[in-house]
Amino acid sequence: MNLEEKLYNIYADNKDKLNMDIPDFIREYADIAANSIIKNGIPDKSYENYKYSDFSGFLNNGLEYSLEPEKTNIDLNEYWQCQVPDMDTQVILLSNAWYYEKNNLENKFPKGVIVCGLREAFVKYPEIVKKHYSKYLPQNKDGYIDLNTAIARDGVFIYVPKGVKIDKTIQLVNLIHGFANRAVMQRNLVVLEEDASLRMIICDHTLNRTQNFINSLTESYIGKNAHLEYYSIQNEPDTAALLNTLCFYQEANSHLTNLAFSLHGGSLRNNVYSTLAGERAHSNLYGLFLSDKKQRVDNYTYIDHKAPTCTSNELYKGILDDNARGAFSGKIMVRPDAQKTEAYQTNNNLCLTDTAKMRTKPQLEIYADDVKCSHGATVGQLDQEALFYLQSRGISKKEAKLMLMFAFANDIVRNIPVIPLKEQISGLVDNRLRGEFTECKHCLLNCSRNR
Amino acid sequence: MLSIKNLHAEIDGKEILKGINLEIKAGEIHAIMGPNGSGKSTLASVLTGRDLFTVTEGKVVFKGRDLLEMAPEDRAREGVFLSFQYPIEIPGVSMVNFMKTAVNEQRKYKGEKPLSSAEFLKFMREKKEMVEIDTQLTNRSVNEGFSGGEKKKNEIFQMAMLQPDFAILDETDSGLDIDALRIVANGVNKLKTPNNCALVITHYQRLLDYIVPDIVHILYDGKIVKSAGKDLALELEEKGYEWIKNELAK
Repeated sequence: MNLEEKLYNIYADNKDKLNMDIPDFIREYADIAANSIIKNGIPDKSYENYKYSDFSGFLNNGLEYSLEPEKTNIDLNEYWQCQVPDMDTQVILLSNAWYYEKNNLENKFPKGVIVCGLREAFVKYPEIVKKHYSKYLPQNKDGYIDLNTAIARDGVFIYVPKGVKIDKTIQLVNLIHGFANRAVMQRNLVVLEEDASLRMIICDHTLNRTQNFINSLTESYIGKNAHLEYYSIQNEPDTAALLNTLCFYQEANSHLTNLAFSLHGGSLRNNVYSTLAGERAHSNLYGLFLSDKKQRVDNYTYIDHKAPTCTSNELYKGILDDNARGAFSGKIMVRPDAQKTEAYQTNNNLCLTDTAKMRTKPQLEIYADDVKCSHGATVGQLDQEALFYLQSRGISKKEAKLMLMFAFANDIVRNIPVIPLKEQISGLVDNRLRGEFTECKHCLLNCSRNR
Repeated sequence: MLSIKNLHAEIDGKEILKGINLEIKAGEIHAIMGPNGSGKSTLASVLTGRDLFTVTEGKVVFKGRDLLEMAPEDRAREGVFLSFQYPIEIPGVSMVNFMKTAVNEQRKYKGEKPLSSAEFLKFMREKKEMVEIDTQLTNRSVNEGFSGGEKKKNEIFQMAMLQPDFAILDETDSGLDIDALRIVANGVNKLKTPNNCALVITHYQRLLDYIVPDIVHILYDGKIVKSAGKDLALELEEKGYEWIKNELAK
């Protein structure tokens, strides 16, 4: 039995359990997705877009799939104190991607705002879910997205009605726990109606040093003139694999800032799809990845300019040490109607050793004739002249290297518009570059002890 | 304070310094002049520990210690300073953070307490006034977008902050207009004490009108071929390097 058949069978064998109490349209999506796994396959290195990411080792590793809500006997709310100091945040917990039953969000948000588990939303708000669920996935088939659609049954659902601006920052924390190697499928749906605004942070935290495979998928609809600021903070053990797919759909005049911080993890893959569907929509895509030892990190982005006068700005930066492997593949698509598009894409990387490798592929595909687009990539080492200059002022080589690396990374960090959050993430990056534990000061879980 | 004996250095197998001998005492200013490619900047690089160059022979003793044994940062902490001919731009590293780290690493090395932020800012303000550097410059990244003159002033500002015992000024006059030259030279003169010394590398006599040397050396083809008082610079300006070449050919 090949991998695809195995995965199909996980769906087929657990269909009754997975599809219990959910609307028919979700079941239909799941059926189609499960069949697509067989038909289109799970990407391995022979797939152009997955040339540098291969999760088959994880998937063939006798994973325990999380197929129903997981009871936890510890009170996670009591353990969890990862709020950013001086910032009004609302933490929402997921337990192995299942919405944690003790999240208490009553009266925490303005009227009309819905924040709940996706599974709950399937039942309570089927009209909203139906309008958006699986609507913003990429046209090109991706077996991991199919796998998620077939098996994922929970995550967070956020609905911000017209004109509502949420001041609190939503911090979604997915705790991965258990002693077996887990396959965790998270599915989030975030809907911002016209003029709405939201800032949210997603953190994944693995408590044990297990060989988990996390397959997370977020779809987000950003209505006219709505604003979304979306942060991913990835801090996984060397043993874990995390695949994170974000699909954004933007209406006219909407504004997206997506910031991805891949701080630590055995094998990380970030997919970002951003569709600029309405005029004058704007996308900022930023990514910072820091990788060492034998870690792998692979970034894939696809910005689809469908409407005229939209703008996008993309900057990804990576620092690779030891034997790390990094990849960036970014595509900007400018459709025939998307005149007056402005799209800029840059990927800069530092390899600190001769054995670290970075592969980068910036791409533009333009079908309109009145556009401003640019793309470029660099792979280099720390500037020896700058290093010597700092040393010649009495700064140790180690500290001088850190200063240069931090300056390099800060090109991404400085785009965070909220100062307390910028300081918090800046601290995480600094610690990471110093090779110290990358955990927030207030975190009591000490999961980085397992690194 | 500084004693260089028979110093030989090469880069990629090519010998640049071919036996330099030089003694600089506390309170002295020495100037080194010489044609392009004679080894002036190489000497500055070797003294500050740039690893592009390999020392093949010779010895450098600074304040009684073997300078060549030390890492570049330790040389700086011991009191060696180089004003770069081409100061490096370092985007993203702020001047304040750069200088604070440098000053406090030096203090740590000497067993002194680090300066607090307030103490540091006060100290920096004093030095900025002393060397007449534009206040705005220290709010920016190191040398980023600085004009040629601003970069050179910034070198002298760093020198004021680090208070070296031995400063090497590598073509600090190049690219400066008369006003900037005067400001830079004034800064250097204000920093001069009977307890420190300096080595001024220049092509032109002009700088030496402002920073008056005790001794002028002529470096030619990796060796010091002539040393004399400050009038040597004037003579050289008048007669050109051909004069030296002809003298040597005799």
